[in-house]
This record gives sequence, C-alpha cells and structure tokens, in this order.
Amino acid sequence: MIRLVKRPVPSKAWSWATPLIAVLATMIAGGILFAVLGKNPVEAIRVIFWDPLFGPNAGYFRGQLLVKAAPLILIASGLAVGFKAGIWNIGAEGQYIIGAICGAALALAVYPTESAWLFPAMVILGALGGFLWGLIPALLKVIFGTNEILVSLMLVYVAQNLLAYMAFGPLKNPEGYGFPGSRNLQQYASAHNPELIAGTGAHWGVLAALIAVIGAYILMHRHIAGFRIRVAGEAPRAARFAGVVPARLVVFCLGLSGALAGLAGLFEVAGPSGQITDSFNAGYGFTAIIVAFLGRLHPIGILLAGLLMALTYIGGDMAQLMLSLPSAAIQVFQGMLLFFLLGFDLLTNYRVRIGRARA
Amino acid sequence: MGTTLLKIEGLTKAYPGVVANDGVGFEVGRGEVHALLGENGAGKSTLVKMIYGLVKPDSGTMTFNGAPYTPAEPRAARLSGVAMVFQHFSLFEALNVAENVALGMENPPPMRDLARRIREISAAYGLPLDPERLVGDLSAGERQRVEIIRCLLQDPKLLIMDEPTSVLTPQEVDILFHTLRKLSSEGTAILYISHKLEEIRSLCDGATILRGGKVVGSCVPREKTARELAEMMVGGEFTTTDRSGRALGATIFEVKALSLPSMSQFGPSLREVSLSLRAGEVLGIGGVAGNGQEELLATLSGEVPSAPGTVKLHGQDISDLGPNDRRRLGLQGAPEERLGHAAVPNMSLTDNALLTGTVRRPLTRKGFLDMTAARLFAEEIIQAFDVRTPGPHVAARALSGGNLQKFVIGREVLQAPEVLIVNQPTWGVDAAAAAAIRQALLDLAAKGAAVIVISQDLDELMEIADRFCALNEGRLSAPRPTEGLTIDEIGLMLGGAHGMAEAAQ
Repeated sequence: MIRLVKRPVPSKAWSWATPLIAVLATMIAGGILFAVLGKNPVEAIRVIFWDPLFGPNAGYFRGQLLVKAAPLILIASGLAVGFKAGIWNIGAEGQYIIGAICGAALALAVYPTESAWLFPAMVILGALGGFLWGLIPALLKVIFGTNEILVSLMLVYVAQNLLAYMAFGPLKNPEGYGFPGSRNLQQYASAHNPELIAGTGAHWGVLAALIAVIGAYILMHRHIAGFRIRVAGEAPRAARFAGVVPARLVVFCLGLSGALAGLAGLFEVAGPSGQITDSFNAGYGFTAIIVAFLGRLHPIGILLAGLLMALTYIGGDMAQLMLSLPSAAIQVFQGMLLFFLLGFDLLTNYRVRIGRARA
Repeated sequence: MGTTLLKIEGLTKAYPGVVANDGVGFEVGRGEVHALLGENGAGKSTLVKMIYGLVKPDSGTMTFNGAPYTPAEPRAARLSGVAMVFQHFSLFEALNVAENVALGMENPPPMRDLARRIREISAAYGLPLDPERLVGDLSAGERQRVEIIRCLLQDPKLLIMDEPTSVLTPQEVDILFHTLRKLSSEGTAILYISHKLEEIRSLCDGATILRGGKVVGSCVPREKTARELAEMMVGGEFTTTDRSGRALGATIFEVKALSLPSMSQFGPSLREVSLSLRAGEVLGIGGVAGNGQEELLATLSGEVPSAPGTVKLHGQDISDLGPNDRRRLGLQGAPEERLGHAAVPNMSLTDNALLTGTVRRPLTRKGFLDMTAARLFAEEIIQAFDVRTPGPHVAARALSGGNLQKFVIGREVLQAPEVLIVNQPTWGVDAAAAAAIRQALLDLAAKGAAVIVISQDLDELMEIADRFCALNEGRLSAPRPTEGLTIDEIGLMLGGAHGMAEAAQ
C-alpha cells in the first residue's frame, strides 16, 4: 500500500526538483502518446525540444524563442504575484487584448504622424488598458463580493468580441481593400516595436519581460509588500493581523497582472503581430497560467518556464509540419506538463511511504 | 468500586519521532469516576482515542467488561458501550438539537420519539434542553449538553469526557458534576480528562497520571493537594508566579461604548464595551469562548476598525487606525488562534518574526527586508522565551502548540509594547510553559505596560490580573479587583448558568 505522510516542513529540494521531473515525465508520457499515433517517439521529442535550439534551422527558431517567451514571462510574472496572494486572475488573455487595442488605437488615430513620443505613449496606454480591464473583476470583488475567477475569465470573451468589432469596424484599415484587420504597425516607424538586435528576436517586450522578472523578484522576496502578499496567500487572517487591507490587495494584484498582460499585448501588436485582427490573440494569457505554475510562482522559475513553454510552441509547430503530428497532440503534450507538475508537486509537502500503515 | 470495567495493559502507540503512549496500563472500575491527568503532550488524547477506536495501538491489550476489546472504529466502541464527549463539539449550528442528535445515531428513531427521549433524559439528569432549538443559538454549556445527551441515548457503560469544563461557567460546572455523579451512582464509569486539579479533587475517585507518554503514578485525588498533583504531572517543583514590583501609573488606554456587529452568523456582537487601563496594570477578561473574545481582540488590535472615539491610547483617538499604525503607537496584540492568525504555519520563524515586528523593530530599510535582522530577532525570541526548536529557519507549523505560543508572546513582549492584549495566552500550553508566559506578562506590566489578558482559565486570571471583568454575550461587566473575589461571584459575573436555575436545586 502506498501512503502519503505530510512533511513537517516543505522540502526545498523537491520544490526545485519537481519541475524537472515533470518535464522528464512529460517527455516519456508524450513519447508514448506519439508512439501510439504511429510516430517515432525519440524523433518527435527531438524535433520538439532539440531541433529548435540546435537543429539545422536553429538560427531562425532561436529568435522565435524570445518572441514567444517574452509575452508568456511578462504575463506570468504578474499573475504569479496574484496567485501567491490567493487572487486568481484567469483573464490575462482579455487584459492582453485590451492592452493591444488601446495602444494600437492611439497609433492608428494619429497615423501617419511620426513622433518619438508615440511608442512610449502606446506602451503607457497598453498598460493602462490592461490595468483597467483587470480592475473590473477587482472592483466587483471588493464591492459586491463576486468571484474574480469567473468574472476575469468571462471578460476574456467580452474582450474577444470587442477585438472582432475593432478589427472589422473602427480600427479597420481604410486602405485594406475591405479585408478585416488594422493597418500594419510594422510599416509605421514611430509605432513599430522593432527587433532591437537583429536575429535575436529581442524587441522591447523582451526587455520589459526581463525587467518584470527582476521587479517581481525584488517585490516578492526583498520587500515588505511582497512579504505581506505571500502572507495573505498563506494565511489570510494572519495577513489582516499584519496590517494587510484585503480590498487593497485585490486591486493591487489584479491591476498589476492586468497592466503587465496589457503591456504584453501592446508589444505583440506593435511588433511580431503588427496588426489588430479578430484572431490576434494567440492564447498567451492562458498559457501564462501554466508558465506561472511551472515556474513555481517564482520569478526565476517563470523565466525558465516561459522559455521552455515557448520551446514546446515552436517545437510543436515544427512537429506538426515535419512529422504531421496533429495539433491536438501538441496541446495534450502541453497539458501533460501542467498535469505532471501539479502531480509531482505533492512531493514537496508529502513523503511517499510504501508498505502497510502501522496504525 | 466493585469489579473492573476497563483494564488496559502495556498499551503503546508511536508516531514518527515521538512515542505518544509507552506501555500504559491502568484500570477503571464500574461506576468509577477516573481522572487522566497530565500536561499537554503527555499522551492523554492518544490514549482515549485508542479506547474510543479512533487510533489503533501498536501493541498492548485492552479488556472491557471481561472480554478482549479491540475496537476497529468508533462505531465498534459505541456498540461495546463506550461513548465520548470531545473537547471540540461536532455539531451543526444550522440544525436543531434533535436533528443533531439523530445525525450521530446509527438508526435514529422518528423525530417525534427522539425529541421525547431527549426530554426524558434531560429531565432525568438535570440537563434541560429543548430539542427544537437551533444549536447555533445555544451557549457552549448547552452545546455540551447536546453531546452528553447524544452519548447517554446509547446507554454507555463508560463515558469519556475530554476537558469538559474548559467552556463552562462555574455554575455550569456544578451542574455537570451533579449529572456525572448521578451517572456514576447508576453504575456508569467516567473517564475524565482535565488539567484542572481542583475539579479532579472534588469529582474523581481515582486518577492516573501520565507524563511523556508513560504512567508515572496513580492516586486518590482527594488525598492529595492540588500542588502535589501538579508536581506529579510536571515531575518537579512547581514555581509560582511573582507579581511583585508593580506600580500603577496614569490611565493610558481607554475604550468607550465600543459596539461591533458580529463577524459570523452565530458569533456575538460587541455591545457597548467600555474599559480603561492604567500603566502597569493587568486586566483580566474572563468568559466562555465565543462570547465576543475574538471580536474584542480583532477590534482592539486594529484588524476591524470601530466607530470614532471608541478606542483611545494616551488620549489619542485610534479607532480608525489599522494594526500597524497601532503598533507604531505601542499597542500590540496576540490572537488566540496561533496557526493562521498569530503566525503563518508554512513560514519560517524568521518570517513570522517579520509578521508583526517590522513596525517597532528595525527589520526593514525603506520597506526592504533585512533578513539578517529578522533572523536575529527570531533568535532573540527563541533565546529569551526558551522556545524549543532547532532554529529560526523552522516552519511555524513544526512547533508544538506551547512552543509556538511562547514564540508569539515573546515576539510581542520583546517589542516593548505600552499596551498588550492577549487572547487565551496559555490555551493548550503545558504547565511549565504557561507559567513562563504568565511571568512574562507580569514582568512586562512591571516595566510599566498595561496588559489585557482575555482567558477562559479563571485560575490564570486570578493569578495575574489586578482587576477582573467578564465578557458575556458581547457585553463586558464592570471590573472588580481580583483580590477577595470568590469563584461564585465570578460565576455570576459570567452570566451564571445560562438559564439553568431549575437544575441547580
């Protein structure tokens, strides 16, 4: 019989080891899945994890890695702060969309005026848009006691409809021959979020993601405010005893994660994506939830987890292309990662004992 | 006492890292009221859990009513005739008395018959209880009666009672003892767990004393003094607290007509609470838990703000200040619930030192944590208050209740507060640690601080408080000097026996 025995103190070693074990287990289980689908599992795993970094076309893919990882890391850093406090923002996808719309709308409104102030202003508007969209579930929770999980999630669908409306309506490219979608910001120098170092994929969003990681680390592990956020997540009554005002905490966490998600959306629309279209959002806001947990809600962990997740995106695309793996198989593969992580996470707080209980 | 009802031999139960019971053996006769005495952690709870079938012994034998007795689960124990009243009630507040009783039965009779049986038993044993009333509206004493009647309906041969009087007023204790003596005279044996020595001396026929999981002695409690019993429990000389060397100063803390709506559905609201405190004074607030103690601490510590002008420190209105602003002005608190309120279970002692220590101690620089300073502060607390732990890196949940309580009290005392409010400072704490905590509170008062001790333990309040007031259903009585106050007077201040006049005759 297998029993679980609670550890007196959470194991530090296991809390670092579980993500690695989860990745390994995902590779094994994923390999079995691919084998059942009739693909060579070793090759599939190589295509997903190895080729994007060291394969023949790695030069191109490495750039893509940062492009994909930056929004994930930026969003996940904000989400993790809230998750640590027990405040569950599931609607980063919506905040991402609204941030992109707000920033892009400014650029499209003043087009074609060139100004050095335009891009910084777009960044501010992008963050502000995400912040305000995140504030909706926060205020509803504080004033009416609604559940922020449901409200933030449902606001994603509102944002998606708003996005479609913008793409087909007010923000549509007047010179676009009736095609949906806005002007391409990549062709508008003042509004463009360019690659800063050629070939690396590093745009302003990558820098912002790095700053977010460092900022989140300082906040959560070096500052009294982060300490109180952690206390609030661990023991809400103790947090109140330590002077935390729950309403303020809710507003702060949802506002912060909303602003970072909005920033990610802005950098995306002004850079790699370039356009507001009805399918502009690529699920970064949801994947970032996995990244946050895969990274143990720790800034450094999130940095690594974001890169890993970006890798499975790129590798998954390659596997689809080269091995004709169905895209659903890749999504299952990513889902497994979170599943194994949460499963092995048990080992941080529990010890597995085999044998009959001497009760 | 006639023949033996329950015989226990060589009972051993080990948990990882600790032997809770080590070769325990004793006997309980039919109709005997037998006390199990010991400090917290001595193994009393594990022992009765084994008798009640909740925990399986590693080795040893039990004989009940002449037959081998190995209950696999509480149901089997109940079938054999063993019933137990737990310290913490398992009642549903939203259901009425009869429904609650029915929930604990294997085959509950129709509700009308059950209500009749409840009335019969409550009348026969002097425990008046209306089967139709909602449990949420009952006092702690009345709730306990529900549990007792639930047991009596099974017609038990052995009734186990775990710390039954900790939630009762003195008058209610009298009535409970009356019931227990009646049961005993009818042949029901009672296994009585308590650390209140005077109660055991007045009620019990025999006693077994446990220390560190072993039986260290047995005696007839009536033939011993309370002090002798305490020394058998602790296994050494018992130190009495020293309350000398205090001079009362000016009034520094005032509460005027403080009212607060209840924080939970069945919790009491505070009504027009007023008190004042002088420097160097210890004010004891007695009362059964659930009468507003938590609410009072929460609002005085600043967790829940109150109406303007209700709370004043040094004449300054602090009613709308939060906990940290109050700490800055010198008002500290220590809530009753250690895990999750006074301390964060999963965080280290260093982190827990930061929890309340950043305002009056230089543990942060411009908001940034100084972890070295925090660790030193935690070590200082551990040292000064003799907290038994490998070090400040240990998670709070790994500490025993008494050690964590010493840490929590130490954390507040070492910040040199001018007013300290503590709720149940020695609840669940062993005698030696409790004495240390009481002495620390007195020492703090001797340095000129004003201390409010909220406690259910009346002996504790008599020992350290200068004045006593009672908190009952959210109302605070006028304070009276503890000197010369009799236990009967205290009982009346605590609201008597909650409508038990008829049973007291």
